[in-house]
Amino acid sequence: MIFQAPNIEYGLLAPILIVFGAAVAGVLVEAFAPRYLRSAIHLPLALVSLLGAFALTIWQVAANGIPTKAAAEGALAVDGPALFIWGTILVLAIVSVLLINDEGHFVASAVAVPGTAEEEQSLQDGAAHTEVFPLALFAVGGMMLFPVANDLLVAFVALEVMSLPLYLLCGLARRRRLLSQEAAVKYFLLGAFSSAFFLYGVALVYGFAGSVDLAAISRALGEVDGRDPLLFLGMALLGVGLLFKIGAAPFQAWKPDVYQGSPTPITALMASGTLVAAFGALLRVFWVGLGGMDWSWRPVMWAVAILTMLVGAVLAVTQTDIKRMLAYSSIAHAGFLLIGVVATGGTQAENAAVVSAILFYLVAYGFSTVGAFAVVTMVRDPGGEAWHLSRWAGLGKRSPLLAGVFAFFLLAFAGIPLTSGFLGKYAVFSAAVANDAVPLVIVGVIASAMAAFFYVRVIVLMFFSDPAADAPAVVLPSVGTAAVVATAALATVVLGVYPEPVLDLAHSAAKSLFVR
Amino acid sequence: MHWLSTLMGVSVLGALGVPLFRNDKLAKQFTLVISLVVLALALAMAREFDPNGDRFQFTETYAWIPSFGIHFSVGVDGIALVLILLSAVLVPVVVLASWNEAEGGKRSVRTYFSLILLLEAMMIGVFAATDVFLFYVFFEAMLIPMYFMIGSYGGAQRSYAAVKFLLYSLFGGLLMLVAVIALYVIAGKNTFLFGDLVGTVQDATTQKWLFLGFFIAFAIKAPLWPFHTWLPDAAAQAPAGSAVLLVGVLDKVGTFGMLRYCLELFPDASKYFTPLVITLCVIGVVYGAIVAIGQTDMKRLIAYTSVSHFGFIALGVFAMTSNASAGATLYMVNHGFSTGALFLIAGFLISRRGSQFIADYGGVQKVAPVLAGTFLIAGLSSLSLPGLSPFVSEFMVLLGSYERFLWPTVIATTGVILAAIYILWMYQRMMNGPTAEPVKRMPDLNAREKWAIAPLILLLVVFGFYPKPLLDVINPAVKSTLASVSVTDPAPAVPVAAEEGQ
Repeated sequence: MIFQAPNIEYGLLAPILIVFGAAVAGVLVEAFAPRYLRSAIHLPLALVSLLGAFALTIWQVAANGIPTKAAAEGALAVDGPALFIWGTILVLAIVSVLLINDEGHFVASAVAVPGTAEEEQSLQDGAAHTEVFPLALFAVGGMMLFPVANDLLVAFVALEVMSLPLYLLCGLARRRRLLSQEAAVKYFLLGAFSSAFFLYGVALVYGFAGSVDLAAISRALGEVDGRDPLLFLGMALLGVGLLFKIGAAPFQAWKPDVYQGSPTPITALMASGTLVAAFGALLRVFWVGLGGMDWSWRPVMWAVAILTMLVGAVLAVTQTDIKRMLAYSSIAHAGFLLIGVVATGGTQAENAAVVSAILFYLVAYGFSTVGAFAVVTMVRDPGGEAWHLSRWAGLGKRSPLLAGVFAFFLLAFAGIPLTSGFLGKYAVFSAAVANDAVPLVIVGVIASAMAAFFYVRVIVLMFFSDPAADAPAVVLPSVGTAAVVATAALATVVLGVYPEPVLDLAHSAAKSLFVR
Repeated sequence: MHWLSTLMGVSVLGALGVPLFRNDKLAKQFTLVISLVVLALALAMAREFDPNGDRFQFTETYAWIPSFGIHFSVGVDGIALVLILLSAVLVPVVVLASWNEAEGGKRSVRTYFSLILLLEAMMIGVFAATDVFLFYVFFEAMLIPMYFMIGSYGGAQRSYAAVKFLLYSLFGGLLMLVAVIALYVIAGKNTFLFGDLVGTVQDATTQKWLFLGFFIAFAIKAPLWPFHTWLPDAAAQAPAGSAVLLVGVLDKVGTFGMLRYCLELFPDASKYFTPLVITLCVIGVVYGAIVAIGQTDMKRLIAYTSVSHFGFIALGVFAMTSNASAGATLYMVNHGFSTGALFLIAGFLISRRGSQFIADYGGVQKVAPVLAGTFLIAGLSSLSLPGLSPFVSEFMVLLGSYERFLWPTVIATTGVILAAIYILWMYQRMMNGPTAEPVKRMPDLNAREKWAIAPLILLLVVFGFYPKPLLDVINPAVKSTLASVSVTDPAPAVPVAAEEGQ
């Protein structure tokens, strides 16, 4: 028997390899570099690798165009949408890393029990968990792998690579440590369940199709007879696993707790990067692998989309914690995005329009959300971030610029014209109307109107109320944080006023749809 | 010359320039200068307008977001032109009248004046847009400056009023968004240009749904009964200057939209829904007037009179006769002047007495005769006294509606009588009678306030006697609007005198 080496397109996969390589190098830094040097090495390492991966992604497209067949023997499908998603995730990861680098977000020593002398000691020693950088890079690598996985087993591996570092990072908040540890445990347990669901789904679908390859599954849909229960059950379980990651109702319960408890930079990374990656994977599994069964999963997805929009919009109204509110807002936005997933059309051009709408929405939402969380890190009480909404009262008077920028992000979330959020929403809604999903769009606009209420409430607090005497201070941002806020605000304006270049890019990325 | 983009550009640059001043007084003077420049440009543009020329003039079209078929496309017909002129006249007046409105040290004065100029750009844009999507963008975006003007600078209940205003309008706007998208998809032309979309929706049921999407948004904006409940709160809490712009111009976008978009894009549905709309209008006319009589707060009272007047305007729009529609358009302009004047004077009174309750006044006429006199003229214009411009428009609306809808018009006419009650009774309680103690030291209008109110009084009188310049511009535009709905005026029941002799 002759062993044939698999043909791996290293050039095409270079962006992922760079990110993983840098993550591994980061681990080595932890092991060998002296403590005082570590963060000085980590930040450039992370930034250079992410920037390099981004540059390579662009270079790939510019030099070779969009690949038309799956790479790595069919295991990875680096196609137009995937390359666009890579670019998005990498840029969002770069800005998140800038936030992570900021002082005072991470616990000095995670093993020290909160409130003990040990904790005091670790703070005095100036201990720091510099391994957050490699962990974040592993998570980013997983995020890049997840949406290109053309094989359910690879998808599962990617899911775990993406999630495990995040579980850990969630528990590392410097303030409100019990909440942070609770968030980590909840996220880990629920995430483990959802992974198990996903894996069980993979097994059942394998039982049906005899393969875990998405293209093979797609072929089997038309050929295999008499094993439908396996397929339906497997499809449902896969759906649970994926919908959990995007935080769709009824699998949304983890999101508020985790967003609230995590260190804010990590929340920013999760809210932007994970959402983008999970949507890429969801689209691929359901459109490529199970596209032939859309008549059976579409009604369920309709229900999930409606439920997600309503749950996100309604529950957000009662929140008093700014991060929980943004978490529910993220749930509502996941619902709006799901409208796009459901709105498959008959022709390739229609489907391409839907995919490009989703891609544009992801970019628009990703930037605004990172920007919003960056602002949250800057408004601080003596005990950490000013998380309670009432503490934000009168912010507009004391720091008009910061409050103005935050209000702008909120207006973008609410979908007011001349912001990126409006055009994102418009793109998805119009694609859905074109594909006969008008009722979904009507629910979408009603949910948008409800969602507008709580965004507006925060603006009322910031601008129309008087500040308390002991109002929280707005810290002078570090260069990194200021750059993040500025970039996010700029992206929100530009994508709202002059979106054509990005729309064009999304459109050409989506034109050839997913490779099979 | 690119008139319309120049107008908007000057306003936007002005809005960006205002916050750069370190001194509040200079910033205000700068705002006034900019608004006067915009007025001068608007007047110069109006001189170039040829009423018998193309329907849309001063057109400019640039691709904005080609992927979605969205253009930055502007142009005015006679209707849009007079409404742009109305905005351009009201803004400097409001700036002058609001000179001290944002004072008090708590809020930024410069922001307030910057918002006024930003709003002016959007007001011009919303009337000038000839791309449905661009119209929608302005329609929604203009809520934001107004929201901040009410919420930051308004009365005690300001944040409640601002939120109610924003959410109500946003909800209507979102319904319209669905209809806008559906219109685009159904037309299938990959463009939002108004001219290309007219006549594309043929299916009767679809037309009805899309009509409702647009109409509800406009009915909230206008506002028609029963969508009016946000207006009294917003107008009563807004600072007087913002209330002028809110009721005088922003609400006109609703009736303007009905005329331009509902009628022309969905002619059959408009005819189908006419009985319903007329009913709402007539109820609004009478209901608004009766509720106005019962108000104790003068700003709320003026707001309710506007609900009544908007009933008249929408009645004129949906009567679809050339008299009624021209009258409705003229009414939009006149109502801006007359209600604007009322709100401004109410603002002057409130700034003196510190109360907006009618009961806190009495005998003002004796201590401040000029103030009382202007209030009387503005009030009389609001009740459509012949010789003041709203009379012309109200008469035309009633005359035109009578041709098609006899009984609704008869009922609506009672609104004229009720108007006399709410205005004269308010005047009597506030200006006549024994002078209340706190009113005794009330100063009369100062020079700035006189300069602010004089142009409005002048326009009310001039157009009351000589509305021809406005009608000359409005009539051809109304004709072409009605032509695209393909209605003709009903034949007179009695033969016209000239025909008898033949």
